[in-house]
Amino acid sequence: MAARAVAAAPASLLRGVRLGGSWQRSLLLAPAVIILLAFLTAGIFADLLSAYDPEQIVLQERLIPPAFQDGGSIAHPLGTDNLGRDILARVMYGARVSLLVVVTCIPASALIGTLCGLLAGWRLGWWDRFLMRIVDVQLALPAILFALLISVVFGASLLNVILIIIIFSWSGYARLVRADVLSLREQEFVVAARASGASDRRILFRHVLPNIVNTIVIMATLDVPSVILIEAALSFLNIGVAPGTPSWGAMISEGRNFMTIAWWPIWMPGIAILLVSLTGNLFGDWLRDTLDPRLRNVR
Amino acid sequence: MGPQSISTILVSRLLQGILVVFVVISVVFLVSRLARNPVEYLTTDETTEEEKELLKEQLGLTGPIGIQYVKFLWDAVQLDLGNSFISARPALSEVSSRASKTLQLGASALIFSLVLGVPLGIIAALYRATPTDWVARFLAVLGQAIPNFWLGLILIFFFAVQLDLMPTGGSGGVEHLVLPTITLGLLASAISMRLTRSGMIDVMGTDFVRTARAKGLRESTVIWRHALRHALLPVATILGIQVGYMIAGTVIVEQVFAWPGIGRLMLHTILVGDFPVMIAGILVISTSIVVANILVDLSYPIIDPRIRAGAR
Repeated sequence: MAARAVAAAPASLLRGVRLGGSWQRSLLLAPAVIILLAFLTAGIFADLLSAYDPEQIVLQERLIPPAFQDGGSIAHPLGTDNLGRDILARVMYGARVSLLVVVTCIPASALIGTLCGLLAGWRLGWWDRFLMRIVDVQLALPAILFALLISVVFGASLLNVILIIIIFSWSGYARLVRADVLSLREQEFVVAARASGASDRRILFRHVLPNIVNTIVIMATLDVPSVILIEAALSFLNIGVAPGTPSWGAMISEGRNFMTIAWWPIWMPGIAILLVSLTGNLFGDWLRDTLDPRLRNVR
Repeated sequence: MGPQSISTILVSRLLQGILVVFVVISVVFLVSRLARNPVEYLTTDETTEEEKELLKEQLGLTGPIGIQYVKFLWDAVQLDLGNSFISARPALSEVSSRASKTLQLGASALIFSLVLGVPLGIIAALYRATPTDWVARFLAVLGQAIPNFWLGLILIFFFAVQLDLMPTGGSGGVEHLVLPTITLGLLASAISMRLTRSGMIDVMGTDFVRTARAKGLRESTVIWRHALRHALLPVATILGIQVGYMIAGTVIVEQVFAWPGIGRLMLHTILVGDFPVMIAGILVISTSIVVANILVDLSYPIIDPRIRAGAR
């Protein structure tokens, strides 16, 4: 069974992606796809879609409620914050910040983690021990404390946030890939490839890696919400993006002081984070069920 | 495995743990010395150069960084991490005076997560593929997706500001603990729920459960005595990681609820550049994560009799 699953794996990346599963699944996936598209559109086209500069302060228009509430106006559909900045514009530019974090951190940490995992699982010995100790160190030093330190030493900036997230998330991929390599290296097709004189590089990239790609894709998808949450949390603590930058976490942090008189400045970015992170989780779970043959039987 | 193997494992885990903590505080020490001079935080523009030099000397910031590092390590081994730059009290006692508050919050969040997550996971598994299961699973996904700092604010908004049932923050009686516990424990309870559910589904299909049923045992005995113990193994395995997440979470949750624990202290000390207290705090935090992981490893034989049998 294992051998068949392995042999089928390279093709299954495509074959697995059919809108299979129960109707409940599809019912959940439709809104998920819509939210995902809205997030991508807002993030990519924020400057075209938004009628306002997200950082423009208009003190006369402070804390205008959203359009659907009394006193709200259609000029500011989601209202304005304590400095009179348009919340819709800030939420859209905030999507851009989150998207930027996702598209930089996830490929980078997946790449670094995969290479290290291949190295550790294939070479074993010294490389393996060294890698696993680094992983231990990272588990014992919470990312948020390291981020605090870095923000004080090097200042708060989006670039630092991205670097911190990469430093702390590559090891997850490394552990996963290492574990898979450990089980694959004893498989007959790998032993056969080695016996036929294939180079390490050829075995790893032609035979081993294609069988791990699914796992990496699943992990990367499930990482999307967590990366967004880390950025938001750091910005909430004022150690993320530079002050004034429209980030969802920073918006909640600023709205906090006014939450008893105005609910919308913390609810709007909060709902944005919640929806995107919920979507990422649902999509990742669905992908895992569809792509990973070992887990397919569980449900 | 021989009879001495458990202690051998323990010793090697302890040595690894010490190495890990050593690397952590070394990294933190070196990064913190890369910072702008800590003296800059403590002085104003009007402070003269001589005063700055004197302060530097008092704080042990003179000399090559290598020497400073060796001295730091030598003192650290004797549990002397220097005095706070701000209060001049020993850094370690500054941290330990806050530790009990964080421990209270962390322990109650951990208990909350298990009390909520495990039964929900069992129910979802037993009513698998029914609306009960879907609702439980959706709640779990929601619990994973919701940012804790936002959840904390929303809980304050509804339960403290609008309904006036709970205090908005600070510490005191049990009522101060309720909202921070929920905020900190929700993510862990979602993870426990999902692990319990999948563990339970796996175990309910195994031979020994079928045997237990065939013996005519009541369904409740099968579930509680036979199946649950197995189903909880993954929950126990991840407990060490959960403790790590929770300690990281306390930095945020303590900030939201003005809870006077280590997390809030860390945020404060790092922002004012009180490096001895910061290093002491990180030492305490990483040590407790390492210890939690070792305890989890040692608890396997208690939960899983097969490992116990193997070790004898």
